[in-house]
Amino acid sequence: MIRLEGVSKTFAQRGGVGYTALEDIGFEIGKGEFVSILGPSGCGKSTLLNLVAGLERADRGRVEANGKAVAAPGPDRIVVFQDHALYPWLTVLENVAFGLKQKGIGKKERRERAMEQIRAVHLGKFADRYPHELSGGMKQRVAIARALVMDPEILLMDEPFAALDEQTRLLLHKELEQIWLNTRKTILFITHNIREAVTLSERVLVMSTRPGRIKKEFRVQAARPREPGDSVLHHIESQIMDTLAAELEKVAKEEYGDDYTLEKSPLSPSAAHNLGDGI
Amino acid sequence: MHWGWRFPSALQTMRTFYDGMADGQLLKATLGSLRRILVAFGLSCAIGIMLGVLFARSRLLDETFGFVVVALQTVPSIAWLPFAIIWFGLNDFAVVFITTIGATWTMTIASRSGIKNIPPIYVKSAQMFGTGRGLRLFYQVMVPAAIPQLITGMRMAWAFAWRALVSGELIARGVGLGQLLEEGRSLGDTSLMLCIVLVIAILGTISDHLVFKRIEDRVLTLYGLQTAKA
Repeated sequence: MIRLEGVSKTFAQRGGVGYTALEDIGFEIGKGEFVSILGPSGCGKSTLLNLVAGLERADRGRVEANGKAVAAPGPDRIVVFQDHALYPWLTVLENVAFGLKQKGIGKKERRERAMEQIRAVHLGKFADRYPHELSGGMKQRVAIARALVMDPEILLMDEPFAALDEQTRLLLHKELEQIWLNTRKTILFITHNIREAVTLSERVLVMSTRPGRIKKEFRVQAARPREPGDSVLHHIESQIMDTLAAELEKVAKEEYGDDYTLEKSPLSPSAAHNLGDGI
Repeated sequence: MHWGWRFPSALQTMRTFYDGMADGQLLKATLGSLRRILVAFGLSCAIGIMLGVLFARSRLLDETFGFVVVALQTVPSIAWLPFAIIWFGLNDFAVVFITTIGATWTMTIASRSGIKNIPPIYVKSAQMFGTGRGLRLFYQVMVPAAIPQLITGMRMAWAFAWRALVSGELIARGVGLGQLLEEGRSLGDTSLMLCIVLVIAILGTISDHLVFKRIEDRVLTLYGLQTAKA
């Protein structure tokens, strides 16, 4: 269970003016829920995840996980990072067993439990390989196995599939859904991919940018396992799209200047000019 | 002026090499030098890594004494030999001392930057998995993560150590390549001198290529910093 109450976070910036990444964030995620946080880049969604993980501290407000205030990173809240963060000097097996070793579990049991998770992500044949010998998708699978072996209450996923190609991503979506259905872990999933958020989660929290706030919440009531062609998903996707349109413009204006606008005239000039030409 | 004896022929040099190896003089000197350099190299790695870690972990230390290391690094280690002679005498220990000094600062600088450049995500995820912030984090994550830079540092330290060793041995007493070189000079035996220069060059090349370069290549591949060679 995760609970945030009135959480704000400001970063120091050059010139002394603070940059408000998060402002007055409050939400609750129940046990066993799969919730995505969706927002444009720079809206502070990764910061939000870091707060829950205990990797950063909030300036104001309260962050609770499993009924306790978050003070430091811990094995009950494991993060799967975007760039996997596997240790290159350890084999797949040693990487997965790393957390168990810190718990003081014996070598034999460590090996068994790690192998079980490695097989669960279909990497049984690669247990003795080093990360540099694996593809991006395989590395991310190892990272997931490394998280699951700790049997954490909460799984925090920070755009875990953002750097993968589309095919691998779709495959991993299915696998993650299966893992979630089997284990019923509480999952907080950060993404900027609307499709991904809708396909995977029970609830989608859409964030606005500058300052980061929770703008709207969508409940995805579609059948499991999710089908890509499900019309419920498409409907929610386009609703989220509308919600995000204003945010996208805000981001674009910041990057390209104030004269940027996403508004289009319903008819393009050349199309208007050619009306009826082909008759 | 007769120049002939000042430039030894290849044949002469080979003969001297053979004789030196056969009567054990050259071999003994080589082994003596190797022993000194290994001791000094081991010491400088240990001291250098220790200092480097201290500088990387303590900002106060880094900002107060950090520049001293850079300053010391610029001093040729042979400049310490007069001190070493006064402190320890004109002996083996003095040579090991300046050789150690010659390699330590490079090692300190390399390990300091090695620890400082560890990707923060490695440390973050280690703490998440429960290593804490102490010794376990240090030897399970920080040291292995810094290894690529440590190896590069060692490679440089080894080269610096050779330089310091030979110059030290030229002056101090004991059995070593430097002394033999000096002996060759006083006897006017240029073929012996050339022989020793060649031995030093060969030893340097072998150690660099067969030891350090191999380890470095392997480590860089393992850490994904270079693609494996076919």
